[in-house]
Amino acid sequence: MGYNEVMARKSAIMKSSIQIDYSQFESGSIAFDYEGMMEKVGYSLDEIKEIQRSTGVGDTPVYELKNLTELCRKTAPAGKGARIFLKDEAANPSGSFKARRAAISVYHAKKLGYKGVIAATSGNYGAAVASQAAMLGLKCIIVQECYDSMWKGQPEIIEKARKCEAYGAEVVQLSVGPELFYNFLQLLEETGYFNASLYTPFGIAGVETLGSELSEQMRQKVGRDPDVVVVTTAGGGNVTGTARGLIKSGAEGTTIVGASVDLKGLHMASDKQFNKKSFTTGHTGFGIPFATNPDRSDVPRSAGRPLRYMDRYVTVRQGEVFYMTETLAQIEGLERGPAGNVSLAAAFSISREMDEDQIIVVQETEYTGAGKHIQPQLSFARENGIELRFGDPAEEVPGKSIILPEHPSMIKAVDLDLDKIRQSYIRNCMAKLDIAEEVSEKDIQYMAEETKVSKLEVEKIIQSLRGRE
Amino acid sequence: MNAKKGDWVRIHKVILTSDERAPQVPDDTKQVPFEMWDKGFLLDDFASVGDEVNVETIIGRTLSGKMIEINPQFNHGWGKCIPEILHIGRQVKGILNGIQ
Repeated sequence: MGYNEVMARKSAIMKSSIQIDYSQFESGSIAFDYEGMMEKVGYSLDEIKEIQRSTGVGDTPVYELKNLTELCRKTAPAGKGARIFLKDEAANPSGSFKARRAAISVYHAKKLGYKGVIAATSGNYGAAVASQAAMLGLKCIIVQECYDSMWKGQPEIIEKARKCEAYGAEVVQLSVGPELFYNFLQLLEETGYFNASLYTPFGIAGVETLGSELSEQMRQKVGRDPDVVVVTTAGGGNVTGTARGLIKSGAEGTTIVGASVDLKGLHMASDKQFNKKSFTTGHTGFGIPFATNPDRSDVPRSAGRPLRYMDRYVTVRQGEVFYMTETLAQIEGLERGPAGNVSLAAAFSISREMDEDQIIVVQETEYTGAGKHIQPQLSFARENGIELRFGDPAEEVPGKSIILPEHPSMIKAVDLDLDKIRQSYIRNCMAKLDIAEEVSEKDIQYMAEETKVSKLEVEKIIQSLRGRE
Repeated sequence: MNAKKGDWVRIHKVILTSDERAPQVPDDTKQVPFEMWDKGFLLDDFASVGDEVNVETIIGRTLSGKMIEINPQFNHGWGKCIPEILHIGRQVKGILNGIQ
């Protein structure tokens, strides 16, 4: 069956594999009823807690990283260096926060009577879906982008394939390219399984418990909500769910910082560049496109909408994350996977800007193991011709070098211009209209909610975009 | 290398030739086919590596492809020693102890 033929049936396949009528939330213009979708199709926070508890998901511990805080203060101006806490999401059944998303998706699939679930992911979500499917007795297929054209795969992705197989899932491994989606649609059609997408309302609602637990745990530990929560962002679901959970728990004053690994210059669909990166998720190659256009996933409307919730968006470099991963093991006794430590590296830098009596929380960790660990990942990078050395992380060039900071004081989160990202988001929205003047009051209100700015600000951006035409 | 019915094997298949690839893929990716690898129990009575075969996957799907490996294994591990890593712990402990 040809590529175009299958893609033409996309919406019909999607509809039968997920059973959400997204059209009921559409306005016919730019706006769509996001909260309506979350409410009508999702589950309440209490329901989610119950579903997750039934398979041992959630209620992960929070640790205060006292040694890391002390190290941070040694590199900070006097009086600076907020207390750093970490939520150990690796304690979930499949070893990452993704179990929260998978728990609800797989529960929902079973409730609707599906015999199996399919998820397209090279990340921890695959293992999460496979683990939940094993618990609930459903069949599971995980579709991975795994190898380049030389049949060479990132050790981290291969480890995730192993873990999926360990839970009894079939793993379909593919070479680099967006045609993964074509294969995914064919599999959905062939099997009639449920599309356990990362971006459904119930998948994202599954992350809300992470935010609410954080708030509860911090109130217990320090008597108040954290000042800052740092969240690794790729597709935007982690930020969205965590922030929504915090807000639902009343932690409205907490600043939400998104963090991604800087992979600027690398094309995510390039066969030759595929193995030149050392992070397969949590990077800018997903983080920025998904922020500026969330509706690019495997569902018509993504429930992950990071610009609604991010107060700040920073990048860190690969070498900084590897350095912090090793530091976490060496002085905190917590050996965790590098990809889960993106927000840790960012928090180490942001803590330095904050006062000593303030609180910053790193909201995830992930499991580690063969392939998915600083040593094999750096070994793989070196084998692929990436220069690895100590130096100034600012000199790192994605795809060419990994620079481990010469000193932890050199770890520096770099702010992305959120206003620029908001402009791109609005430009992408406006491109959907045939005539720009047709933008309605409702559309402007929607874009304001989507980008966390005022309606006036949205109007100004639209004006400036017109000026450029 | 030969396999018999019921053996666990890895298969490979070209899903889209380079001409059939999606229009949006970058040039270097367009030059190579879109490929798939999967594993299953051999359904044919007998096959040699390189033969087109039919398999039943672990969840019971039937599919075909070229057999490339019998009893496929995972080869990922811990990589080679990266001496740079060893210095990180010593450095941060040194800073905490006021040495650096």
